[in-house]
Amino acid sequence: MDVILDNLGLYRDGFLKTLQICLYAATGALALGTVLAGMRVSPVPPLRWVGSTWVTVFRNCPLTVVLFFVAFGLPEIGINGAYFWFGITGLVIYTAAFVCEAVRSGINAVPTGQAEAARAIGLTFDQSLRHVVLPQAFRTIVPPLGSVIIAMIKNSAIVGAFGVGDDLFSVGDTLTSARGEAALPVLTGVILGYLALTLPAGGLLAVLERKTAIAR
Amino acid sequence: MSASVLFDTPGPRTRRRVWIGSIVAALALLALAAAVAGRLAAQGQFAAAKWAPLYDPSDPTFATVWSFLRGGLVNTLQAAGLAMALSLAVGTLLAVTRVTAAPTWRWLVVGLIELLRGIPVVMLIFFAARVLPEIGIDLSLLWYLVLGLTAYNAVIIAEIVRAGLASLPRGQAEAAYAVGLTPAQTLRLVLLPQAFRVMLPALISQLVVVLKDTSLGFIISYEELLRRGQIAIQTLQNPLQTFLTIGMIFVAVNYSLSTLAEFVDRRLGRVRAGTVTGGEDAEVVQPPEPSRLGG
Repeated sequence: MDVILDNLGLYRDGFLKTLQICLYAATGALALGTVLAGMRVSPVPPLRWVGSTWVTVFRNCPLTVVLFFVAFGLPEIGINGAYFWFGITGLVIYTAAFVCEAVRSGINAVPTGQAEAARAIGLTFDQSLRHVVLPQAFRTIVPPLGSVIIAMIKNSAIVGAFGVGDDLFSVGDTLTSARGEAALPVLTGVILGYLALTLPAGGLLAVLERKTAIAR
Repeated sequence: MSASVLFDTPGPRTRRRVWIGSIVAALALLALAAAVAGRLAAQGQFAAAKWAPLYDPSDPTFATVWSFLRGGLVNTLQAAGLAMALSLAVGTLLAVTRVTAAPTWRWLVVGLIELLRGIPVVMLIFFAARVLPEIGIDLSLLWYLVLGLTAYNAVIIAEIVRAGLASLPRGQAEAAYAVGLTPAQTLRLVLLPQAFRVMLPALISQLVVVLKDTSLGFIISYEELLRRGQIAIQTLQNPLQTFLTIGMIFVAVNYSLSTLAEFVDRRLGRVRAGTVTGGEDAEVVQPPEPSRLGG
């Protein structure tokens, strides 16, 4: 285990980099996914098609292929940048499809009678959405959305495997390949790093689930 | 659009507004697509030389490229099939252990499941490929990939199996004990067959996940579809076109599997007594005399 202690700084930087990727990507994916879900339930057909095509394509396409496509495709249409941002873009595009499905299922889980009752007592469209439909939808969304975000944290390792540089996965790769350290302790350290992210996230989700659970 | 929780049935004025909105949205999308296409054309991405090896049978390299990619697809399916079969075996074993074991053991199994669920699958594949040779277990790349995938998916399948077992009516086990079956026989002959039936859609969906994750084999240089694509690109020099093609193959295969899962789910939903799955097919007619599974 000496190798972990000797390279503690490297591990810490990698951990922080992974955390950074996850925060950026989670923010982006939640925003884009919510917009997509809005498109999917909107009354405008072309927007609905965009939403459903996005979900079908990116739920069935491996993240690796998406990442390759982003990294090779964006420069061709004149968008250049560091690979760090390409990696995050790919992760956002991919995760947004799953966020969209979680949000949409939450909206669909609200019984139609709720909105009908809201309209019956004279609430406007905005009011019924704000006070009746969305609060109920958000509570249903919490468990699936949490799982999507935890899966995204794990998927950030794939972004790292592409060589974003200095993230947690790359630390394992550098120490074993370039410096020829023994793989077992090095990779155990990396795995512990990921567990330090996913296990608390899972615990937090469980608490949130208990707090927001509704009997239906 | 069927009855939505968000909107009333539109009247004539709303319908007109939706029409206008549709046209504006469609025009905006077309403009975006045209802009992207223009940029790509300027970069020469629509040149025949970039597409012909993949889509023109008269191109001299067409046959070679596709037989190379087909080999990659076979490797992908092989890894996914093996990983799925192994995950199913190990996952069932874990679920059964968790359900039947004494509390001390159960704690261990639960801990193992929680731990493995928190580790990225790409990390497990990398771990298998780097650590196993170090401790003297030399396997082919295929098996490192399969073992990594199995470690990750077995615990997920264990949870699916557990949910399947929990969904069965208590009377099933009681009846089995009453006719004198041992606990092992009860599981093997009565509970597991029914649980697998209930779980079939979830298992097929998991197969989609496994299939997508086999593409991580490129990290350890296992020649699955994506890795073969990368190799082809080195000579063809057409990354966008090749990755697009590979993406479409993955989407086609996985979309078929997802559709199959939905179909099986509907079929089972019709047979299963008393439970209506709801959603789009809520109007499915229940059989007049609901036959409970197994009696």
